[in-house]
Amino acid sequence: MIEIRGLEKYFGTLQVLKGIDLTVPKGEVLSIIGASGSGKSTLLYCINALEEIQAGSVKVDGTDVHAKGTDINALRQKLGMVFQQWNSFPHLTALENVALSPRIVKGKTKAEARDIAAKQLEHVGLADKLDVYPSALSGGQQQRLAIARALAMEPEYMLFDEATSALDPELVGEVLDTMRLLAEEGMTMICVTHEMNFARDVSDRVAFFHQGVIEEIDSPDKIFGAPKSEHLQKFLSNIR
Amino acid sequence: MEPTISFFSGLQISDLWYLMEAAWRTVLISALSITIGTVLGVVFGWILYEGRWAAALTLGPLLDVFRSVPLIIQLVLFYNFAPIIGLNLDPFFSGVVILGIYCASLVANVARGGMEAVSRPMRRAARSLGMSYWQDLRYIVLPIGGRAVFPSWVGVALGVMKDSALVSVLGYIELLKASQILITRTQEPLLILTIAGAFYFALSYPISRYAASIEKRWTS
Amino acid sequence: MKNLPDLLEAGLTTLQIAVLSMVIGIVIGLALALIRMHMRGPAKWFASTWVELARNTPALFQLFFFGFGLGAIGVHLTPYTIVLAALSFNCAGYLAENFRGGFQAIPDTQLRAARSLGMTGWQAYSRIIIPQVFRIVYHPLTNQMVWAVLMSSLGMLVGFRELSGETQALASRTYRIFEYFAVTAVIYYAIVKFILGASRLLAARLFKY
Repeated sequence: MIEIRGLEKYFGTLQVLKGIDLTVPKGEVLSIIGASGSGKSTLLYCINALEEIQAGSVKVDGTDVHAKGTDINALRQKLGMVFQQWNSFPHLTALENVALSPRIVKGKTKAEARDIAAKQLEHVGLADKLDVYPSALSGGQQQRLAIARALAMEPEYMLFDEATSALDPELVGEVLDTMRLLAEEGMTMICVTHEMNFARDVSDRVAFFHQGVIEEIDSPDKIFGAPKSEHLQKFLSNIR
Repeated sequence: MEPTISFFSGLQISDLWYLMEAAWRTVLISALSITIGTVLGVVFGWILYEGRWAAALTLGPLLDVFRSVPLIIQLVLFYNFAPIIGLNLDPFFSGVVILGIYCASLVANVARGGMEAVSRPMRRAARSLGMSYWQDLRYIVLPIGGRAVFPSWVGVALGVMKDSALVSVLGYIELLKASQILITRTQEPLLILTIAGAFYFALSYPISRYAASIEKRWTS
Repeated sequence: MKNLPDLLEAGLTTLQIAVLSMVIGIVIGLALALIRMHMRGPAKWFASTWVELARNTPALFQLFFFGFGLGAIGVHLTPYTIVLAALSFNCAGYLAENFRGGFQAIPDTQLRAARSLGMTGWQAYSRIIIPQVFRIVYHPLTNQMVWAVLMSSLGMLVGFRELSGETQALASRTYRIFEYFAVTAVIYYAIVKFILGASRLLAARLFKY
């Protein structure tokens, strides 16, 4: 379970998160929607401590992420993350991209890491691309590679930061399908997304961010069918 | 007897004059070599750019030699070669010739790079406006390409300035040679080397910073 | 020319000292680049001073400094050490700037991605960032290696018997200065071509992406 209490985040003097309270139980798929710059992505970075926070707390399975004594590298293994810019490691083949961290972070042998990597690449539909360098993969394939890379650490939670926003339109589908597959397998997921159809069809709950606060959080039916907040109504009418 | 106004044991005011004169000679030989080298280098660069394979087979490898043999060897060779073919050159002149050619071999590459940096469509556009080949070179290639490689050229020029210290092996008394002579006499190596180093630094550092700031401004 | 074997052997000394100073220069240059990018205060000042001195004074000045300069304060180095120290000092300074450019060319998101997988800062740098930086600076690195070979010729001015020093010693004994230095020029040319060729072959093996 991920528990966020009173989270505040500043960039310099600019406050981007203004007191976030959010609980994500195991097995839930939560989508976060909202305008650009509303703080959605920053929240994800605060969950795995890629960004520091100024007030409040984030707990993952009871462990305080931002506490001084926390072994953040161990904790991050539980929290897989997929970025908007897929960030493949260009100097490694697809297989090496995925196998590297199981080997050096988890201490698996080369053979074990290879097996894990091959399995995860097959999982995301890249079984035929093991020895290919990222430069020879399409954006959609690189993003699936990034998902496989995160999955290889056997995370309990997956954080998706606008995983499809940087993709050409015709490549969005394959990545969403992979995310859908994960959701069906019961993975706990927090997805910052602009894909409203995905949010509606796949999520258990949807949170609407507006200027650094969660303005509305509810089931997809309520969020998309009967939005209460004025900002949300406006946001939805703008994107349709 | 020398006047005894010495502020450091052994080093006298007249010695500072001596160093300043030597520094002037460093500036002189550098400026002359860089000027000659740049003019020659741009012409060579243009030949390499336009000359296709003929130049690639002759001029290219020739210039490559000057970039692949230590300057000090080039200086010694030329200084000892000139009398063989009947030229009697003093160290200064030999230094200018070799530093100039060496500089030209480096500038040639920079200049060619500059010309290649100007895209073909842009040049075609210029020609389509009725500009002659030379007008295109003068008004399109020179300003655009020159801009692109100006920081590299500054790097080459400063390199030649620093390398001018090597002409001392021929006996030309530039700054570093003068320092060496003074060190032998006064036994104050740290002080004298610091003065010499500070002079080079004061010449090179501001110019390289200026080039870096220009590069930043032009690329952004 | 019966002294050719001596010259060739001295050529190996040249290559050896150039390689050694490059290795030292790479290690120190990397450290200087990282210090300049990530630290403040005296450490940053020290690194910046090193880089600017190495880049803005003649290599020969640096050589004299490690020779006479240190000698004045009681540190007497052998000719070999003087040349090695001066070359390493110079290479480190130039390479630091190359490395800095390389680091800046890698997007921050690469580090984030690596850290998000649970890698430590050290793992992320050594496995993800630095290998990519090396590809970016590979060409400048090769050039610097060539410079190191050419610069090592200054060794003859402090009595070190690398290729140039050996040539000078032989030439002054026989008074056939031009012939000896001409042969030496050819050997330098061959060494430089060898380095460039080897570098190209190595690049083809190293960088498959």
